[in-house]
Amino acid sequence: MSYWDKEKECMPRKELEELQLRRLKETVYRVYTFVPAYKEKMDEAGIKPEDIKSLKDLQKLPFTTKQDLRDNYPFGLFALPMSEVVRIHSSSGTTGKPTVVGYSKKDIDIWSELMARALTSAGATRYSVIQNAYGYGLFTGGLGIHYGAEKIAASVIPSSGGNTRRQIMLMQDFGTTELTCTPSYALFMHEVMQEMGIEPSDLKLRAGIFGAEPWSENMRREIEHKLEIDAYDIYGLSEIIGPGVAIECANKQGLHIAEDHFLAEIIDPVSEEVLDDGSQGELVITTISKEALPIIRYRTRDLTSLDKNVCHCGRTHVRMQKVLGRSDDMVIIRGVNVFPSMVESVLLNIPGVEPHYLLIVDRKGNLDQLEVQVEVSEQLFSDEVRKLEELGAIIAKEMESALGVNARIRLVEPKSIERSEGKAKRVIDRRNI
Amino acid sequence: MAKQISVFLENKAGRLSHVTRVLGDAGINIRALSIADTSDFGILRIIVNDPARAYRILKDANFTVSETEVIAVQVSDSPGGLAAVLEQMSEANLNIEYLYAFLGTSENDALVVFKVEDMDKTCITFKEKGIKFIDEKQLYEL
Repeated sequence: MSYWDKEKECMPRKELEELQLRRLKETVYRVYTFVPAYKEKMDEAGIKPEDIKSLKDLQKLPFTTKQDLRDNYPFGLFALPMSEVVRIHSSSGTTGKPTVVGYSKKDIDIWSELMARALTSAGATRYSVIQNAYGYGLFTGGLGIHYGAEKIAASVIPSSGGNTRRQIMLMQDFGTTELTCTPSYALFMHEVMQEMGIEPSDLKLRAGIFGAEPWSENMRREIEHKLEIDAYDIYGLSEIIGPGVAIECANKQGLHIAEDHFLAEIIDPVSEEVLDDGSQGELVITTISKEALPIIRYRTRDLTSLDKNVCHCGRTHVRMQKVLGRSDDMVIIRGVNVFPSMVESVLLNIPGVEPHYLLIVDRKGNLDQLEVQVEVSEQLFSDEVRKLEELGAIIAKEMESALGVNARIRLVEPKSIERSEGKAKRVIDRRNI
Repeated sequence: MAKQISVFLENKAGRLSHVTRVLGDAGINIRALSIADTSDFGILRIIVNDPARAYRILKDANFTVSETEVIAVQVSDSPGGLAAVLEQMSEANLNIEYLYAFLGTSENDALVVFKVEDMDKTCITFKEKGIKFIDEKQLYEL
């Protein structure tokens, strides 16, 4: 088992908690002093920085949401003057005003350290050739991974997203050993490889570090089988720092959250109550070392659970379960919560079904209708209508038992569902609600 | 026995014209055609002059394609012609998955393409009963 920073990653719990408390106190003091929006919220809640005496006191602090970032657009939540900010990233803003995040020199260093830990955890070394197919630019994925890969002195190919045939050519010619991109893009690359007549055995690829969208355990199996690699899940979000907030180790039994820099809680997304370890709910993260944009109790909207049991890898940092879905990706159909990842899991359990799918939600009269479009692969195709209808019925039955809501299955032509080079679009909601 | 090309088609405007255009541009001639349709999708079944090439071309154009073994039978183009053949098949307990007919080149005969459950048994029965079936080569060159 190799670590990037064994002392920090395997720090005894007690020591770790002392460090966390010290950093938390300092962070709370700084936001209260330098960020008017935090002072206002804390005053309203009747909390002073000196009220934070133990880690449990974190629960007294108000939450921060994406809306807070928007309300303070662009730099209102920064705790440092712009002269100290060396980098700005931003979300695309497709669902409203973009959210803006800033980094000090030290923030960038910490981020690079975290990414170095993450890449090492996934088995990368200075001998690795890392092809980074996350988009470079305002999105944190590209540059975040890039800095970490340079930190461990691997050879980085900054291929960014897109131009899939060229990606594969680079992979083959430069001997890429690790690929970083979204899991859906990795599968799309495999399709294009097949079109190009390139087999996984023609490549040196040994691992992929995939993130930026929720993906199921079945999807992992699919990717590992098709590309003949180890697939690791990486977690992060720009509001916190970017990729590298949490990473799987070789055991692939949850993602270790870098607890010397972040505090994690699980809450009930509706009642906002903090839940016990092991319960499923929304992940809330507090940054305790960030300078430019410290964030207190950020509501990630990602649904997961926490496991504090010490991992076989020796790391003491808490593990979060693979993200089940985002509370904003979730569609409520006739009162039942449905996540695209659940649909994906069902499909991948049916032999021959490709994990390319689209959920279309509509409302007929007063009733929600869920249609799942599934691509018919050559393996599934039959010249007999009866057999195809049977296939549709099997998928519908499996879907109903897993989702608890019935779905109409529509078989569509292969490659007719749009492929994504970034985050895959899985749901089209046509209801006007 | 003969090779039929089956193509999965979404029930969407322009799909059938696309598949026929792809074949036409490649110089593939369609000898016989049938479409099975449901509300969501259709299955196009065709007999062409060069099934192996048609299969490749359609696959390259990203269609879902399969090759299916079918049997083409010459049936007298007169009242009761098809009934006579079907009765003999029924007597021999042969299950038909589907069939479609087209006109042959000879004035007195029609051609019927059968997809059956048990191809070998069907061939033997046809031979025994003296039902004329058309060999592959003959069919493609019609």
